[in-house]
Amino acid sequence: MKILVPVKRVVDYNVKVRVKSDRSGVELAGVKMAINPFDEISVEEAVRLKEAGIATEVVAVSCGSAASQETLRTALAMGADRAILVETDAELQPLAVGKLLKAVADREQPQLVICGKQAIDDDANQTGQILAALMGWAQATFASKLCVEGETLRVTREVDGGLETLELKLPAVVTSDLRLNEPRYATLPNIMKAKKKPLDVIPAADLGVDIAPRLRHSQYSEPPVRKAGIKVADVADLIARLRNDAKVI
Amino acid sequence: MKVLVIAEHDNGKLAGATLNAVTAAQAFGAPVHVLVAGHDTAAVAGEAAGLAGVAEIIAVDAAHYRDQSAENLAVLVADVVRGEGFTGVVAGGTSFGKNLAPRTAALLDVAPVSDVVSIAGAGRYVRPVYAGNVMVTVESDEAIQVITVRTTAFAAAPSGGAAGVRERAPAADLGVSRLLGRELSKSERPELAAARVVVSGGRGLGSGEKYREVLEPLADRLGAALGASRAAVDAGYVPNDYQVGQTGKIVAPDLYVAVGISGAIQHLAGMKDSKVIVAINKDPDAPIFQVADFGLVGDLFEAVPQLADGLAAG
Ligand SMILES: Cc1cc2nc3c(=O)[nH]c(=O)nc-3n(C[C@H](O)[C@H](O)[C@H](O)COP(=O)(O)OP(=O)(O)OC[C@H]3O[C@@H](n4cnc5c(N)ncnc54)[C@H](O)[C@@H]3O)c2cc1C
Ligand SMILES: Cc1cc2nc3c(=O)[nH]c(=O)nc-3n(C[C@H](O)[C@H](O)[C@H](O)COP(=O)(O)OP(=O)(O)OC[C@H]3O[C@@H](n4cnc5c(N)ncnc54)[C@H](O)[C@@H]3O)c2cc1C
Repeated sequence: MKILVPVKRVVDYNVKVRVKSDRSGVELAGVKMAINPFDEISVEEAVRLKEAGIATEVVAVSCGSAASQETLRTALAMGADRAILVETDAELQPLAVGKLLKAVADREQPQLVICGKQAIDDDANQTGQILAALMGWAQATFASKLCVEGETLRVTREVDGGLETLELKLPAVVTSDLRLNEPRYATLPNIMKAKKKPLDVIPAADLGVDIAPRLRHSQYSEPPVRKAGIKVADVADLIARLRNDAKVI
Repeated sequence: MKVLVIAEHDNGKLAGATLNAVTAAQAFGAPVHVLVAGHDTAAVAGEAAGLAGVAEIIAVDAAHYRDQSAENLAVLVADVVRGEGFTGVVAGGTSFGKNLAPRTAALLDVAPVSDVVSIAGAGRYVRPVYAGNVMVTVESDEAIQVITVRTTAFAAAPSGGAAGVRERAPAADLGVSRLLGRELSKSERPELAAARVVVSGGRGLGSGEKYREVLEPLADRLGAALGASRAAVDAGYVPNDYQVGQTGKIVAPDLYVAVGISGAIQHLAGMKDSKVIVAINKDPDAPIFQVADFGLVGDLFEAVPQLADGLAAG
């Protein structure tokens, strides 16, 4: 079974981003970038399936600028076998990413695609579901457990009320949640080895899909910052303030 | 314009998120219809019909909608939208809505907009990005607007309506997925996403046993829902549906009590719109104090029981 893992280059989760002074976007110059944490989890899951003898090949794919090669190398160092960069400097929105990924999936014919549940920059939580719809495949979003059983896939999902277990026909799209696994750290020898693994670059234009943005992001702003309040002396002081000042109890 | 709200339910009861979605849908200034697709859902359709501001309920009953699979529902919603000329689709930004809306939008070949917190008419929205540290105004000219809305940003639609219920034939069963089972947390407490008071615990609690022993009496006193940080969920103190944050639930109660939680940006993303925030932490430099209205520096194992007792004493 071949597994395709879409990985996205995003601002590192430790960075607190700032809006540009002209409000046209977010300041990304000089900001530390990293693989989307959910995508790291997806790569880990795919590599574990390979180590368990269930998957035969793990292919990482990213859509974006040449800089995304670095993200793909991270996936390769974690154990992906090869990588594909769908290269474009244009702005990509989830529908466009879904269409590009569909074109890649049509070529690669994977039995399983593992996306992240959301990218931590745009927080859209859309791409996996869009890809599943475009492929006409089953989907299991927010996965916390995944088990391949012949031609079917058993997935436990984290839903608002608790957990839900689905059985899907393959091929299918799964999106990973935080508790699917704990991703490994790439070791230095594996980082060296990853440099020699194949990384194909396909110009987005060669895939013949419409990637023009459908949405305009006309203005960015920072929400009003919450001011720190006061430190109370003790529990009695806290109770008095909640009763008399805040009037919430 | 004509707007379709997708009802979320368990075949027996309408979910609270649908009430928020109905309010959000009013912002388009167009008639609001509600789709109730499920199996044996007459009670749900009745509940939806009683909401103020709803023009009509479209009820679709079939066994293959009982489990609410995104695959089958997306095909149905796309059919209804195309067949009846809807130009807006609204769902709550819950695990149900997030699962369904993007799939539906892709079938309609339109770009969906997630987690909308304000609507200035069709195609003009504000939504948070970067864990709520940035707000962006999104403009869309799509012929069909498909959005999910953050439930805490819109009030629940009141009752007082008397819409008619129209039945519609189901779409085909794709048969690509099957529900094997659900393990839903049962609780007598208010629903986390809609509670007036939330008591949340983090890694500082140390274990699931301590989490319950220390926080439950306080939550009982306050009539609060219980929440948690990701660290507390990952460590197995509480189930996943307790998680508050960027990748968990978004809450905005009148009172949020953070106990043994450091205040990472991913956690703040889920609770910083609370009216009053109380933090109890032994580290005076914990970032949670930067957003707390009332901070208590101290050992939670002493402070929380004192607080519960103090509230009991009236
Ligand atoms: C130069 C440039 C400028 C941009 N400017 C803006 C802007 O101003 N405003 C704005 O909102 N957006 C902008 N974007 C797009 C934005 O960063 C996101 O790529 C896009 O909106 C997708 O949303 P998401 O990543 O939150 O999707 P989600 O649906 O949250 O992503 C879920 C999963 O989908 C997969 N995935 C998503 N994107 C990719 C990808 N590119 N390659 C491979 N897998 C992927 C991953 O598995 C990921 O975990 C820009 C992009 C580029 C390249
Ligand atoms: C992609 C991604 C998504 C994430 N999503 C979320 C999310 O949705 N929600 C979320 O919460 N986190 C999320 N996180 C995790 C987040 O970054 C933090 O790791 C997490 O919130 C920390 O939880 P905590 O505050 O309980 O633990 P810690 O940071 O370990 O804090 C524990 C606190 O308890 C205090 N403490 C310890 N003992 C006592 C005592 N006896 N009395 C008083 N205080 C005590 C300590 O001083 C400390 O401040 C995410 C991370 C990533 C990378």
